[in-house]
Formats: sequence, C-alpha cells, structure tokens
Amino acid sequence: MLQLNRDDLVQAYIRMRTIREFEERVHTEFAGGAIPGFVHLYAGEEASAVGVCMNLEDKDYIASTHRGHGHCIAKGCDVEAMMKEIYGRREGSCGGKGGSMHIADLSKGMMGANGIVGGGPPLVCGAALSAKTLKTGGVAIAFVGDGGSNQGTTLESYNLANVWNLPAVFVVEDNGYAESTASAWSVGGSQLKRAEAFGMPGREVDGHDFFAVYEAAKEAVDRARAGKGPSLLHVKLNRYYGHFEGDAMTYRADGEVEALRETVDSLAAFRARVTETGLLEGRQLDDIDREVAASIGQAVTAAMSAKAPGEEDLLTDVYVSY
Amino acid sequence: MAKKSYRQAINEALAQEMRRDPTVIVMGEDNAGGLGAPGEDDAWGGVLGVTKGLMPEFGRERVLDTPISESSFIGAAAGAAATGLRPVAELMFVDFMGVCFDQIFNQAGKFRYMFGGKAVTPLVVRTMYGAGFRAASQHSQCLYPIFTHVPGLKVVLPSSPYEAKGLLIQAIRDDDPVIFLEHKVLYDDEEEVPDEPYTIPFGEANLTREGKDVTIVALGRMVKFANQVADGLETDGISCTVLDPRTTSPLDADSILESVEETGRLVVVDEASPRCNMATDISALVAEQAFGALKAPIRMVAPPHTPVPFAPELEDLYIPSPEKIGAAVREVMEHGA
Ligand SMILES: Cc1ncc(C[n+]2csc(CCOP(=O)(O)OP(=O)(O)O)c2C)c(N)n1
Ligand SMILES: [Mg+2]
Repeated sequence: MLQLNRDDLVQAYIRMRTIREFEERVHTEFAGGAIPGFVHLYAGEEASAVGVCMNLEDKDYIASTHRGHGHCIAKGCDVEAMMKEIYGRREGSCGGKGGSMHIADLSKGMMGANGIVGGGPPLVCGAALSAKTLKTGGVAIAFVGDGGSNQGTTLESYNLANVWNLPAVFVVEDNGYAESTASAWSVGGSQLKRAEAFGMPGREVDGHDFFAVYEAAKEAVDRARAGKGPSLLHVKLNRYYGHFEGDAMTYRADGEVEALRETVDSLAAFRARVTETGLLEGRQLDDIDREVAASIGQAVTAAMSAKAPGEEDLLTDVYVSY
Repeated sequence: MAKKSYRQAINEALAQEMRRDPTVIVMGEDNAGGLGAPGEDDAWGGVLGVTKGLMPEFGRERVLDTPISESSFIGAAAGAAATGLRPVAELMFVDFMGVCFDQIFNQAGKFRYMFGGKAVTPLVVRTMYGAGFRAASQHSQCLYPIFTHVPGLKVVLPSSPYEAKGLLIQAIRDDDPVIFLEHKVLYDDEEEVPDEPYTIPFGEANLTREGKDVTIVALGRMVKFANQVADGLETDGISCTVLDPRTTSPLDADSILESVEETGRLVVVDEASPRCNMATDISALVAEQAFGALKAPIRMVAPPHTPVPFAPELEDLYIPSPEKIGAAVREVMEHGA
C-alpha cells in the first residue's frame, strides 16, 4: 500500500485520533464556558489534514484557516501548547495572544491558522518562493475552504503560483458550507475547472478517505518538489459541528450530522481498511485511542491550571525592536 | 416607548427604510443565510442576527447573500450606489476592510470629487468593530480613524440603540458613502427607541451629560464608560460634560471647542489604537483652537500601541477602562483649581 509503512500508518492514525479527540474535548469544554472567543472545530475533516501532511517535513510550510486545529496537529504542533493557547494561557503556543484562530509554529512549518478567509494562499506563495529561491527543497501548502476559494486573494494566488512556477499546493477543503451558505450555491464554475483555467492540474478527492488524500497529495507534493509547479486538490468532506461553537445549524437538514457521523467517519474508514488488510490490529488502534484520550485529558487539565498572561506581557511581541 | 436592543434598533432602521424606499437593498455574507442548504432559510440573519427577518419580508432580490468575496461585493455595492440603488453592504468585521479597502477609499470615497461633483454614491457599509469579545487580533480592531482619514467618506459610531436607529436611517438617506460602525459588545444593550422612523443629523455631537469641570469626549462604546465614570465622580464633587461626537467625519468641532471653553479641561477617550486616532485628532484641534481656555494638559485615554490580545486578562488590560478614564479626569482636575 503506497509508500506508507506500518509506523507511518500508526502515526497517521495517532494524528487523526488526536484531532478528533482534541476537537470533541474542546467542544465540551467550550460548552461548559471554559474557553473564550471564537472556536471552529475540524472534527470530521481529519483525513484531509493528515493525508496531506503525512507527505510533508518540517521544512515544508502550510498555511491554515480559521478552522486550524486539525492542520496544526497534522503538521506536528505541540498539542498541550495548543490547548493552552485556546484557553488563553501564557504557556500557550502564542503566549495566549492569538487564541484558537491564530495558532502557529513556524519551527514546524505551520504558518498559522488565520482569522481572515483567504489570508493563507498569498502567504503560501511567499513560502513557496522562499523554498524555491533558497533551494530548500521544500514545498508550501495552502488549506482553504470552499468559501475561501471564492476570495480574490485565493484566485490571484493560483495565478501567481503558476506564473512564478512555485512549489505550492492549494488544498480546497469543501465541507459543503461557508457559515450557513452551501458551496453548491457559492462556488461559480467548479474547483477543477478553476485549476485548469489557471494552468495547473487539479484532482477531486474523497476527504474522508485518508489513503485517497494521501495519494493525491503525494502526487501534487512530488510534482511541486520536482520543480513542476503548483496543483490543486478539491477535497470533499464534512464538518461534524457548526460553523463555530454556538452555531445552531438550522440551515442543515434534520439528522444531517448524525447521518454523517454514521456513514462518513474517516477514522472508522481508516480502521476498517488497515485491520481488514491486516496492516494493523484493532487492539493496537484501541490502545492508541486510550493513549490519545489520556493525553488530551492531560492537556486540558494542564491548560486549566496554567497561568494567564499578565501586565508584563501586554506590551511585548509587537516589534522585534522599536 | 418600547425598549429595544442595539441589534433590534439597527434591524428596525433597515426594515423601515426598505419599506419606504424600494431602491434600498441589503447585502452581505449570510445576511439571510441558508442559501443552497437543505435546512431553514434565513438561518443566520448575519453572524450576530442583526439582519434576521429582512429576507422573509423583502425577498432575496433585496437581501442578497454573497460569496466570501468582499472586494467584489463591497465594490458592487459602490457601483450600484453610483447607478441608482441605495445599498447597505455588510462588512462582517471591520478588520476585513483589508480585503476590500480599495473599493471603499479609492472608488466609492473619491467618485464625487474625481468626477467633478457629478457622482452621487449613497452607499452604506455597515460593519462591526471593537474589542471585548475575546475575538483576538483580526476580529477586534476599531480602525475608524483610517476611514476618517479619507476625504469623501462619512464615518458614524452609534453609541446606543437610540443613536443606532436614527443614525442608520440618516446614513441610508445620505447621498455620500457612509461607514457605519457597530460595536459588537453593544448589540444586547437596550434602551427606549421610538417605533417610528427618525433621523439624527451627522456632524452634531450629542451632549450626553453637562458639567462644569471637565469635558470628556468619548466615542462608541466609550460613551457609556465615560458616563459611568462621570456618575461616580459626581459624588466626589467633580462635574463632567460628556460629549459623543457621533460621527468622526464630519466632526462637530464647534461643540467640542465650546465645551472646552467652558470647562477648561479635556479628556478624550478612544478605543482605537493610540497613534493617529480620534483622540490625537481631537486633542490637536483643541490645542490649536482653544489653547487659551485650557487649565490643564489634555489627557488621552486609549489602548496601548499593540494588536488586540486574545487572553481575557490581557484584553481587559488593553481596553480603556472606567478606572483609567476616572484616573485621567482626576489628573486633569489637579490643574487650575
Ligand atoms: C475576509 C473574511 N471574510 C469573512 C470572514 C468571516 N468568516 C469566517 S469563516 C467564514 C466561512 C468560511 O467558509 P469556508 O472557507 O468554506 O471554511 P469552513 O468554515 O467551511 O471551514 C466566514 C465567512 C472572515 N473571517 N474573513
Ligand atoms: Mg466550508
């Protein structure tokens, strides 16, 4: 099965399970009032972030969206530091200054979640330009939603990446909605024809199938690394929660989410595939599930008791020097 | 008179103007919501429910949901305004001006001048601003000084439900492009608001309180803080005037100057970043034109020169607080007794 060995598969499963557990837990904690601000959960979309990022190394960059927790975890950000950031703690990934929408770790090639829809694709052109100019061999990946695919910054970036022949990949995560508006309405033309129109290859991928995402991303990443320019992936998937925590989701059909959880669960699909083919054992996966649950529980406990930033932090980090 | 929230007051102003004038249209992301989706129509009514109910009454031809393409739909609103419609376009958070500012400041804001007075652009851009929501650096800014800086734009900062309704109706009827800034923390504030339509003229400050010792000029949410502070200071024998300019462009310089002529002391409270904000602008105005009346140095109360932090503890330190306003007033009172 592809280039993935057993260790890779274990790693992929750990990351997907970590994302799911992290998001389920944040959902509960938010509902209990422990977490401030806007929180957008990635549960249901795990196979996309992990399928793409399993092709990447630390020297490769990704830019994420407001729905960034999954991308951060998939790219190797420290999970406890992320949880602390979401709680607004001093030891959080960004010292409590950014919160859920701005988690970043440049040392891991994670250029940040983003509060601005369409903020990421231009940045990714820049990261790809750095990789190309500095000959690092790295690539840069922009995750963008179906809604974000309509932003001028995204479409301009498709063109720029092509005319500069950048080692970039645009991953359009189409979860069917931008807030309450369906992508079936908001996207004119089609994602693949847009790719074609800008002169790059495009592929549609089942975003609940880790293996399909991994393989499609591999092709695009290999192509970018080989200096052949950008590509686009149209990843179709679903979000299990509302647009943000607190969204009553009245625009969705009755029972829509329950049905999705039953029928399109990337973790269940992964488990079925690897156990049926004998690559991993169910028992191994059960152990991972338990370990991940324990580590997320610990991250929450640590975040709850961690120290908040204070007056001494108010004026720092604005400039390098001033 | 019925009590209405800031949110209801804005919604009512929109509905009443849409009933009165068929050229008034509303557009924005999820202003109704649910387009193309299997569930309810009008599912959102805007991200905080401000436009809810408009689409069922006026239909999707006058309440247009948009893709996430601010540059094109804010620009379309400007173009439509110059060609016969009166669009009220919603820029969900003012922070998103970054992806559409050209259409506002180079296009809508300059049509009239560049075209030698021949264009009329009755555009309203409604947008949400301000800190206090734990919404972090890209969803909490004020930014109104940037719009104020641009000749050709009018800039409105309603400080209460009553103000919001009258100023929004005025904005819709106004023939110039207006940036109408709604403070996100005020949406649930309530006060008595007349049912019938009314307008509040631009460029006329609201004297929310009259006193003899200090003039406090405050904007938006800060008007409420300033009045709270003034209540408290009253018991200590310090009597404050609180002026709400209502619009930063046009700015009611006369009322500010007159008040300072009477009190001889000025504190300006502005939630916007401290460099080149309204506090610096108003302070310069007074220093230049009422210097002789001043008994004390002018004090500005503004946040520090940093992005808006996420952590609640930091955000609370960041926002100008009643305590800081009170301290500034006491400080100016130490002079010229
Ligand atoms: C420039 C800009 N416009 C609007 C928003 C408000 N907003 C945040 S997320 C979102 C929907 C994004 O939809 P999509 O790109 O499909 O991502 P999803 O939420 O489905 O992951 C909107 C409209 C924003 N943050 N930035
Ligand atoms: Mg989406």
